[in-house]
Amino acid sequence: MLTAISMPLRRIRRKAYMSEILSQINWSPLWISLKTGVVATTIAFFLGLYIARFVMCRSRKVKWILDGIFTLPLVLPPTVAGFLLLLLFSLRRPVGIFLDQTLNFRVVQTWAGCVIATTVIAFPLMYRNARAAFEQVDMNIIHAARTLGLSERKIFWKVILPIAAPGVASGTVLTFARALGEYGATAMLAGNILGKTRTISTAIAAETAAGNYTVAGFWTVVIICLSFLIILAINITTGRGMKQIQRWK
Amino acid sequence: MALIVDIKKKLGDFRMNLSFESSGGILGILGRSGCGKSMTLKCIAGIEKPDEGHIELDGRVLFDSALKINLPPQKRKVGYLFQSYALFPTMTVEENIAITMNGTKQDKASLVKEQLKRFGLTGLEKLYPGQLSGGQAQRVALARMLVSAPEIILLDEPFSALDSFLKEKLQQDLFDTLSAFDGNVIMVSHDRNEIYKYCPRLMVISDGKSVTTGITKEIFANPGYLEAARISGCKNISKIRRIDERTLEALDWRAVLKTKEDIGEDIHYVGIRAMNVRDVANGNLENAVPVRLLESVQTQFDIMEYCARTDDPEARLCRRYSKYSDDYVKPEEPSFYQLPPEKLLLLRE
Repeated sequence: MLTAISMPLRRIRRKAYMSEILSQINWSPLWISLKTGVVATTIAFFLGLYIARFVMCRSRKVKWILDGIFTLPLVLPPTVAGFLLLLLFSLRRPVGIFLDQTLNFRVVQTWAGCVIATTVIAFPLMYRNARAAFEQVDMNIIHAARTLGLSERKIFWKVILPIAAPGVASGTVLTFARALGEYGATAMLAGNILGKTRTISTAIAAETAAGNYTVAGFWTVVIICLSFLIILAINITTGRGMKQIQRWK
Repeated sequence: MALIVDIKKKLGDFRMNLSFESSGGILGILGRSGCGKSMTLKCIAGIEKPDEGHIELDGRVLFDSALKINLPPQKRKVGYLFQSYALFPTMTVEENIAITMNGTKQDKASLVKEQLKRFGLTGLEKLYPGQLSGGQAQRVALARMLVSAPEIILLDEPFSALDSFLKEKLQQDLFDTLSAFDGNVIMVSHDRNEIYKYCPRLMVISDGKSVTTGITKEIFANPGYLEAARISGCKNISKIRRIDERTLEALDWRAVLKTKEDIGEDIHYVGIRAMNVRDVANGNLENAVPVRLLESVQTQFDIMEYCARTDDPEARLCRRYSKYSDDYVKPEEPSFYQLPPEKLLLLRE
């Protein structure tokens, strides 16, 4: 009898507890994370394509050095990148002062800081994937396009990019995934201001530090679901484009 | 309608130093793999840059190292048919053909339709290059190239990727199409039959240098140069020592031979085509060499005999004869090979 009554009671209590938690949740970290991810990925996409092309054209030694520089953020601890960015954009240093005074543009402790830190960290994934995809394009196809009189711009967008599309697409999704998960550099450069610079990653760290395990757990579930969707997207995008060119299976 | 090429290029140990002219019609360039044939075409098309020299097409300077002119491939109006066809793999057949067209969608569509019909590609317009056969891919590449209105057409080993059955029909189709083209055509190949059939004029190149240039049939009949003889399929070649105006000693065959033509001071080699060697029983005939059979190889229509001198196994000669000719009798072991004086090729280096 007792257990029969207490079961629904416990369920109701748990339900009430969950709705109480959900009502307390400030959803802004999700939107800031997504917004930052989308903007940073867009910047990294175009910059990555451009830099990949730029590095490919250099001589071998210059290529090694440039490749090292552009890949560094992927290998370094994000805190190192964050520290260097903080040094660069600090309001007490020339670049930071210049940006603040002439353009009224502040990076430290702002959303722009989130975007810059995330872009720097996620950029190498875009750059490396784009370069690998470009370097696999058969040179004769590009030669043929040139002798046909197509402009370099048209060759890039209509001929090379579609051939490199599977690699570029997977690079883009990886970049977005990395951007969503960015914590170290963002925390250092942009801080952890709720509603302004707090992303899901920084939220989890802050809530855990404050002992709010339930809220931290909630964001963990959200980020796991998002990540799973991204993996799905990677598999779908890399699988596409296979039908035109026969590739190694 | 003139193409003038005079280029030098160094690539590692390989040095190219080539100069030739072509004024209309189809010029064949024959040479072994790695002799600089494709490099020549790439320099004309602007894909490769010569170290120095001058390239001119119909009065337009395409490249000149002294004047610092190097037109990009886009501005050279050169049609290049790649060995691998280089179709754009992510575009359908019709997109490949339409890529260089300008104008409205309807204009393009009707132009594409016309080209598809002309090249026998109707029905394939929605296919991707990966789904085409070699012959179809070549026709698409040709159609795509002709749409861009080139002033010269360069063919880089156009048939080497095809099986021999398809080859003959495609060759005929290609040259039928090209007969309507009134500019220069240059075809590079290592296949002498292909060149002999379709190229009225020929340049033989070896090691980056032009060996001889002229009318194809004349070069095949009388190569004049060692490398030209080799590449035109002359199997028997020997170094010589000149004895007098009409006598020479073929050092590799250890034979003193009479010739019909005068032997110039610059002649260092003698050659004879395998099909011109005669099997004779009488050792007293002019230019007869005693031989014994080493090996006899049959192809579909011919028999190739490999012999050595009876007294020197290193002195080799070979003879080719038809299995189906009227005078064919079951061969016995040859005892003498006669090298008729009028068939000897006197060769410079």
